[in-house]
Amino acid sequence: MKCVYFAWVRERVGATDEEIAPPAEVRTVGDLIGWLVSRGENYAYAFENARAIRAAIDRKHVKHDALIAGAKEIAFFPPMTGG
Amino acid sequence: MAVRVQSEPFDAAAEARALTAGRADVGAVVTFVGLCRDEGGTLAALELEHYPGMAEEEISRVVAEAQARWPLMGATAIHRYGKIAPGEDIVLVVTASAHRVAAFAAAEFLMDYLKTRAPFWKKEHRKDGTSGDWVAAKDADDAAADRWKA
Repeated sequence: MKCVYFAWVRERVGATDEEIAPPAEVRTVGDLIGWLVSRGENYAYAFENARAIRAAIDRKHVKHDALIAGAKEIAFFPPMTGG
Repeated sequence: MAVRVQSEPFDAAAEARALTAGRADVGAVVTFVGLCRDEGGTLAALELEHYPGMAEEEISRVVAEAQARWPLMGATAIHRYGKIAPGEDIVLVVTASAHRVAAFAAAEFLMDYLKTRAPFWKKEHRKDGTSGDWVAAKDADDAAADRWKA
């Protein structure tokens, strides 16, 4: 699946997007955050306040307990500041 | 309903006229324009990042929700992205209805929801040359959106 990052999450991760292949035990968005954090300091920095991070699966807002099975694109970003 | 996400400026008056063109049943049009402030003269520009694809889809979902809640005869939402200077327009919401109450309420609902649900993020560029911070989301904006949930 593809992971995409926006705003300061993108800056901290150091990438706009990447292909990822998490292991099967990574089932939810929250699990995925935990798995990403284990991959390096940049992820740990981006997700240091994980509860503040918003997520979308295939361009729809989801909560951290959403299942990621079947997702094509998972996005992580800070609370939105448009308008 | 028209939803656009674009870097170019928009013409608010033309968008409002388009909602009433060729019809005589509209009694109220509310136009809201959100602009870039200069923050006491310190801001050189805002840089608006967005999630292409989702931005359009999410705004469309919000407009559809407004249409389900109020008897609208038309609704337009336009959100710009890219570098925007103080004094320039950022966002436009136009609602048309037979009566003003629905048009006002739907416009306010649309803005409250756009601010908290549409995937846009503002970064400040300061006049002193420093790249400023990402604008932080305000609790007041969440509270404004939450009041529509009752």
